[in-house]
Amino acid sequence: MIELEGLTKRYGEKVAVNDLTFAVRPGIVTGFLGPNGAGKSTTMRMMLGLDNPTAGDVRIDGRHYAQIKHPLKYIGALLDAKAMHGGRSAYNHLLCLAQSNGIPDSRVREVLDTVGLTAVAKKKAKGFSLGMGQRLGIAGALLGDPQILMFDEPVNGLDPEGIHWIRNLMKGLAAQGRTVFVSSHLMSEMALTADHLVVIGQGRLLADMSMADFIRQNSRSYVRLRSPQQERLRDVLHAEGITAVEAGNGTLEVDGTPVERLGELAARHSLVLHELSPQQASLEEAFMQLTAESVEYHAHSDTRAPDTSGWQQSNQQWSQKREQ
Amino acid sequence: MSSTRVLKSEWTKIRSVSSTPWTLLLAMVFTIGLGMLISYFASNDFDNMDARDKLTFDSTAISFAGMGLGQLAMIVFGVLVVSNEYSTGMIRTSLAAVPQRGRFLFSKVAVATALALVVGMVTAFAAFFLGQAMMGDHKVSLGDDGVLRAVIGGGLYMTLIAVFSMGVASILRSPMLSLGILMPLFFLVSPILGSVSATKKVARYLPDQAGQKVMQVVAPFDDDTPYGPWGGLAIMLVWVVVALAVGYLLLKKRDA
Repeated sequence: MIELEGLTKRYGEKVAVNDLTFAVRPGIVTGFLGPNGAGKSTTMRMMLGLDNPTAGDVRIDGRHYAQIKHPLKYIGALLDAKAMHGGRSAYNHLLCLAQSNGIPDSRVREVLDTVGLTAVAKKKAKGFSLGMGQRLGIAGALLGDPQILMFDEPVNGLDPEGIHWIRNLMKGLAAQGRTVFVSSHLMSEMALTADHLVVIGQGRLLADMSMADFIRQNSRSYVRLRSPQQERLRDVLHAEGITAVEAGNGTLEVDGTPVERLGELAARHSLVLHELSPQQASLEEAFMQLTAESVEYHAHSDTRAPDTSGWQQSNQQWSQKREQ
Repeated sequence: MSSTRVLKSEWTKIRSVSSTPWTLLLAMVFTIGLGMLISYFASNDFDNMDARDKLTFDSTAISFAGMGLGQLAMIVFGVLVVSNEYSTGMIRTSLAAVPQRGRFLFSKVAVATALALVVGMVTAFAAFFLGQAMMGDHKVSLGDDGVLRAVIGGGLYMTLIAVFSMGVASILRSPMLSLGILMPLFFLVSPILGSVSATKKVARYLPDQAGQKVMQVVAPFDDDTPYGPWGGLAIMLVWVVVALAVGYLLLKKRDA
């Protein structure tokens, strides 16, 4: 169990993490979601005692990170795939970590095998691809066979096979009763792995709920209509006081009216329908709506029914702004 | 305290990067090689010297003449041992494994110091014997007055230069910045200040000039240095301790 209480980090005027309070429970995968620059990595660094909070506290089973003897046996973390000396071999990188926490040397071979890096164990880490570096970082997290695992954007740089592998790994670790805390900026990724969701934007807590609740509360349901007699259909709907919004490709979207009623209306007015389908907005959209206010720059796409490319665009602009 | 584990870990770190053997090997080669060369020329030149120079001819110190260059490699060694952690991002992994920051830093410094001491002593003795072998008639022996102290002191000096660099690197973190300050300081600024009479009195309290006093067997003619060989080394030690202490205090409160 990891507990954050009022965790805050300020860099001068800029508030990176703003009064975060939530708990990460064992036995499930908790997803930590937020747009780029939302403060996810800063929060994780504070959890590991690497950065000092401006205010607030993080406790791991009631203790501060620095109070834990041999922390690698207790909590394993992948923070950043490049947090290693490129001139050192994969084996020696893990060996020095193992030795510092009294973990037997034989465990190094085991985790190298687990992440599939046995063949390159003696190779220098600087020759590794991003995906291989990510695997080596994960091996480091697994080294002490810890009860708590933290992964910061673990699928970054992994190929589809690697992504599949890490998903199963995380689920497997949680199934063994371990605490798994994983960050991502991709809702779709979280939907596949997380049982519980913590969403932050601009350092503030936006949601802390189970994945199922999140889906229920945040996904918009609507009905999609397509008709060769679109103008008449619109008039009919308008006369009934139903607002239909044009969604491109000759389709209309209707919020808050049951699909049955729309079908009956069309039949009563002898309208031809090519499509009448209840829709559920994707989680990506739900996430976007939730974080919309906290993203500094938006793409000016259709605001009512934003698609994922719009999200990525705004995300990109945002990160570009950050880099400047 | 389970510091032996951290020491073992730091030993694995230091032996598993190629900068360690390279910098230490260069320190040995520069110090010994240049020392031999200068010893050879100095002894050949002896007959042309005036009476005063003949009187203050310090055979031991001349065999350490290569140390001016060799110490630069020791500086690189000391800087890289510490700053590698920062320049590669390894520091976050290291501190997640050993969150007790004092234990982390001082274990690293202890291991690197022990290695520098071994290399420094081997280099000092080798530089002395091989340098004396080039001296012909002007050679001294280890049993002569003050010679053994100078040779052991030479090894200690090389070690302390490396440890001082570790302290500076733990303050500055960046290898480029650390080397950019230490290299010119010891290779240019200190010698220049030391040769100008107005700044001479201040310059002799710089770590390198104070520390080098221990390698002197015959004092220069008009020597008015206010400290002796061990006093000089003690001044250098103060510099080292201060650099490490500041580095430690910064590491303790800084975000990694």
